[in-house]
Amino acid sequence: MGAPVMEQKRKERIDRGIKVRSETLYALSSWEEIGYLITPRVLFIAAFLLMPILLSPWPYWSRVGLSMCILALLAISFDFLANYVGLVCLGGAFFYGVGGYTSALLNTQLGLPPMLAIPIATLIGAFLCTAMLAPCLPLRGIYFAIVTLMYPLLMTRLIEAMDILGGTEGFRGIEGFSSPWTEQYGLIFGLFFFLFGLRRLVNEDQGLVIRAVKDNDQSVRASGISVTWTKTKAVFLASLPGCFAGAYYIHMYSNVGISAFALDLSIMPIAATVIGGGGTLIGPVIGAALLVPLSEALRDFGSLRIVVYALVLTGFVVFRSEGIMNVVSRKYQQFERWVKV
Amino acid sequence: MSTHRTHEPILEVRGLSKHFGGVKAVDNVSLTVNQGDVVGIIGPNGSGKTTLINCITGFLKPTHGEVAFRGKKITGMKPHKIADMGINRTFQIMRPYFSLPAYKNLVIPLSSPRAKRIGGWRGGGLHGDRDTVAVDILEELGFERDSRVPYKLAGTLPTGYLKRLELGRCLALRPELIICDEVFSGLSASEISSLVPLIEKLNAQGITIIMIEHRLAELFRVANRVMALSSGEKITEGAPDEVINHPKVREAYLGVEEAL
Repeated sequence: MGAPVMEQKRKERIDRGIKVRSETLYALSSWEEIGYLITPRVLFIAAFLLMPILLSPWPYWSRVGLSMCILALLAISFDFLANYVGLVCLGGAFFYGVGGYTSALLNTQLGLPPMLAIPIATLIGAFLCTAMLAPCLPLRGIYFAIVTLMYPLLMTRLIEAMDILGGTEGFRGIEGFSSPWTEQYGLIFGLFFFLFGLRRLVNEDQGLVIRAVKDNDQSVRASGISVTWTKTKAVFLASLPGCFAGAYYIHMYSNVGISAFALDLSIMPIAATVIGGGGTLIGPVIGAALLVPLSEALRDFGSLRIVVYALVLTGFVVFRSEGIMNVVSRKYQQFERWVKV
Repeated sequence: MSTHRTHEPILEVRGLSKHFGGVKAVDNVSLTVNQGDVVGIIGPNGSGKTTLINCITGFLKPTHGEVAFRGKKITGMKPHKIADMGINRTFQIMRPYFSLPAYKNLVIPLSSPRAKRIGGWRGGGLHGDRDTVAVDILEELGFERDSRVPYKLAGTLPTGYLKRLELGRCLALRPELIICDEVFSGLSASEISSLVPLIEKLNAQGITIIMIEHRLAELFRVANRVMALSSGEKITEGAPDEVINHPKVREAYLGVEEAL
């Protein structure tokens, strides 16, 4: 008898029939296909719309829900830049802080109400961020990442050293929202706007140009399109949700200080994107929806909290580095089987 | 064939040099390309062909010399500005957008300012449905319209189709001058023989073409003028059969004359 032959197998993934059927016009052929397509979307939207109502008996957890949306917005901004434009931005706090301070100024100096100050601050903030990041746009990879990491740190030191924008004290007495319902639904609709807006954009022609920069910038140049200008537009788009998050948050807590440029605000969105699944835009939201409540639940561990938190993160990076959204959507769309090589 | 050829220069390269430190990759090369020409650039590996076209298309800055397109100096201009003027190139190492389907690869050049201004492929300012125009261009390049090939991810396509996709990117920009960097290399004889008529057709439509090639037999079928480079210097220039019989060209390709 010969030596036992090692039987090698490989995993084969095949699209489910219903996935293929629902790709084209046949999607409208039966309720089953329609249901297959819209169920995940409806569940996602319904979960967010019901959240304020379901959590209303527990004000503390309502606040946690809001923090989750804020983190989700920052994570969307990171995911868009990193996985669609190819710019790894470690300075999410910069968008957040600039948006926050701008809205604070609009409210305390000009007296604009929150519902006006927030959208204006989102736009002005995004312009400011884009203008300040513009000199770094020719940089790529680790160089862009490290420079963007410096931006929020620089802002903190500038505000401290020059005692501008309220110095270390910041601004207090910023106007809050008229009711908790406005506060919660305003944020949820803001999140929907940026999430679904960007998801649509990345498949439009202009979005394809942005994604092409990540894929192959030399080809984009050879196509007669300015890479730097395309990146500038992309950074503006990514600044919008970040600035919106910052602007919204400071009205929730009625004050803003240099903590708006804190390192956590740059790192947490990255963690949310990794856990939720990069390159999906929905993934970061799911990541945030897990991370924020987890981080709150871990308060019982006292000083060990950060250890447990780090273990969860490390586990994800090592065992499921593609992230929840990518795994779940694959299981939803494909079945797997082992075949002999 | 030569009805569309004129003696009006479209591209003039004057005394162009590109030095990398002490290496003279391109050394004092001059070349005039007339409207409607098909000009071949030949030379052994490392003779500076790709460097020369990188300098023409703005991807590299020449050390000395200048390039003029329709009388306008373009040296020092950004690559996307030069592409916007109608000088469009293919890359020797294909650069598709691997994560996009083949036809979506052409939506990017079709979204460029030039395509919006001049229109894609058959004309008319282009604002509307780029997908259809993209599939039209691919069909013209030999992607079977009704097959799944135009809709496959570029990353899954074989070399032959990727070479055509490179040409597609140029065509989407409605080029005045196409610079092909070894479109025939890596292709089978039958694939090449289907590309040759395509290049003749593009030329017949009035598009000027510069081709860098190692496949001399196929090149000489389409080119009306050939320039030979060796170690960065121009050896000779002229009609294909003159160039190939030039002693220095034979030497550069085949070693010393005695070896023949």
